[in-house]
Amino acid sequence: MRAMVYRGPYKIRLEDKPIPAIEHPNDAIVRVTKAAICGSDLHLYHGMMPDTRVGTTFGHEFIGVVEKVGPSVQNLLVGDRVMVPFNIFCGSCYFCARGLYSNCHNVNPNATAVGGIYGYSHTCGGYDGGQAEFVRVPFADVGPSIIPDWLDDEDALLLTDALATGYFGAQLGNIAEGDTVVVFGAGPVGLFAAKSAWLMGAGRVIVIDHLEYRLEKARTFAHAETINFVDCDDIVVKMKRTTDHLGADVAIDAAGAEADGNFLQHVTATKLKLQGGSPIALNWAIDSVRKGGTVSVVGAYGPMFSAVKFGDAFNKGLTLRMNQCPVKREWPRLLSHIKNGYLKPNDIVTHRIPLEHIAEGYHIFSAKLDDCIKPIIVPTAS
Amino acid sequence: MAYTAQGPIRPDSDVLRARIPGWGVDLPPQPPSDQEESAPVPLPEAHWEFPDLQPENRPRERSIEHKMLTPVFGTAAPLKGLSGAIRRHAYAKYSETRAAHWLLLLGADRVDAIEHHLASMFTLRPDNPITETGVKSEFTHNGFSSRVGRKRTDLSHTWIDPILVAGPWILFGVAVVRGGGTLAARLRNRRN
Repeated sequence: MRAMVYRGPYKIRLEDKPIPAIEHPNDAIVRVTKAAICGSDLHLYHGMMPDTRVGTTFGHEFIGVVEKVGPSVQNLLVGDRVMVPFNIFCGSCYFCARGLYSNCHNVNPNATAVGGIYGYSHTCGGYDGGQAEFVRVPFADVGPSIIPDWLDDEDALLLTDALATGYFGAQLGNIAEGDTVVVFGAGPVGLFAAKSAWLMGAGRVIVIDHLEYRLEKARTFAHAETINFVDCDDIVVKMKRTTDHLGADVAIDAAGAEADGNFLQHVTATKLKLQGGSPIALNWAIDSVRKGGTVSVVGAYGPMFSAVKFGDAFNKGLTLRMNQCPVKREWPRLLSHIKNGYLKPNDIVTHRIPLEHIAEGYHIFSAKLDDCIKPIIVPTAS
Repeated sequence: MAYTAQGPIRPDSDVLRARIPGWGVDLPPQPPSDQEESAPVPLPEAHWEFPDLQPENRPRERSIEHKMLTPVFGTAAPLKGLSGAIRRHAYAKYSETRAAHWLLLLGADRVDAIEHHLASMFTLRPDNPITETGVKSEFTHNGFSSRVGRKRTDLSHTWIDPILVAGPWILFGVAVVRGGGTLAARLRNRRN
């Protein structure tokens, strides 16, 4: 089969690899019909995530058709059209039993601090991902769901991570009716978090970024007020002025490890890999939210330490809430919101790229060329 | 507004409901569905108390914070070469709380890349920095106009990015050439 293969930082290529095999009785093999590049894939691509091995295939956002099932699989049949959450989880461990699917204890031998994720380094379990023609799906009875007939393929694809994570970010904010919510980062997750904040009753939603075309999307797609932090001497002072000098009730960090806006933080984290991530957006969130407010973090960070302004969070009495999104928990409600017309996920898709052009796709997304917001990968053979 | 007990005036909910499709549909009494369930219940689809074990066909590295090898694991790229030895040591010796664990893994990633780049030179498909970096898209997807005249904060460090990304590779190449030259000179001197 053809698959995207990592060759080292900033380098990927298409290679022929063997079709994955059933390795566990509850595995399925899925023929990928659509995959996406996630902003967090760029952390791997840029060499920031420890134990990202040459030869692995990325891709934790994908949908497809069941090609083969293991002997203990009961809930899927060959030919089923499925969407697969980015989390790999067993459904039966201490954490899964409590709904913390992203923190499953039975799928990642390499680390206890993170669960299993498709195509996301050996630190996240060493599984190949879905930017390929076929992918191994462990715990096939637990993770994947059959895509409803009425649901568009691209909408289903965005349910596997970006939409669910954005919605989860708003949920973690504990938004009360009329609250002012500020979202750092106008990428796919930030846009969905902003849109979701309204569903939870926000009174104002403010999105902050430096890319004007993404802020334009935040205004039209997510009905948000926007601030380009490049226009401000100090984004935190600007936020205070915008909120009667109290601060926002809720701040959501939807930027994560490669946030930009501070030369030293960005270079030490993203280029020199001396931090687990560049916490610029997180520090701005901590300083922009009001005392006693909530900071929600859904932008991804690596396992190393980061220079976070923890003292400010402590002295302001903030509630910090964060996790990888337990995607499948969000699906019933999100499917209902899509069906009711409150959410149209694929409005944010800007690029549809054949698998053979995946290297260009990564560069376009990474370098923010061509007003790229969300690129989708189409394995043409399927 | 002076610093009084009064908070800012909140927007009118009815106006928001009329303006934004779906505004407030997830307000209480909708139950929250974010983090922990109150009553721990395994998923009904999980028809096991503990999953079957995936066969361990070759020794699989694991965090020393785990009691056991997890019943399911990835097999995307088994350990091999010098990078594999470094990774094996990082997993066997250091827990996830130790910086040494992560720094060794990051170091092994760079060694892994060098190993594969060198090995690719002896294949019919050597690594190609032009095609593999996707840099062609700079010319096909508006590389110039995506940057110039735009208020992008990343432009402030664009000048240093190639130095930081390519610099270590260039230094490594120089070291290899110089080391090779020194070795060759010593061999010549020994023969003479």
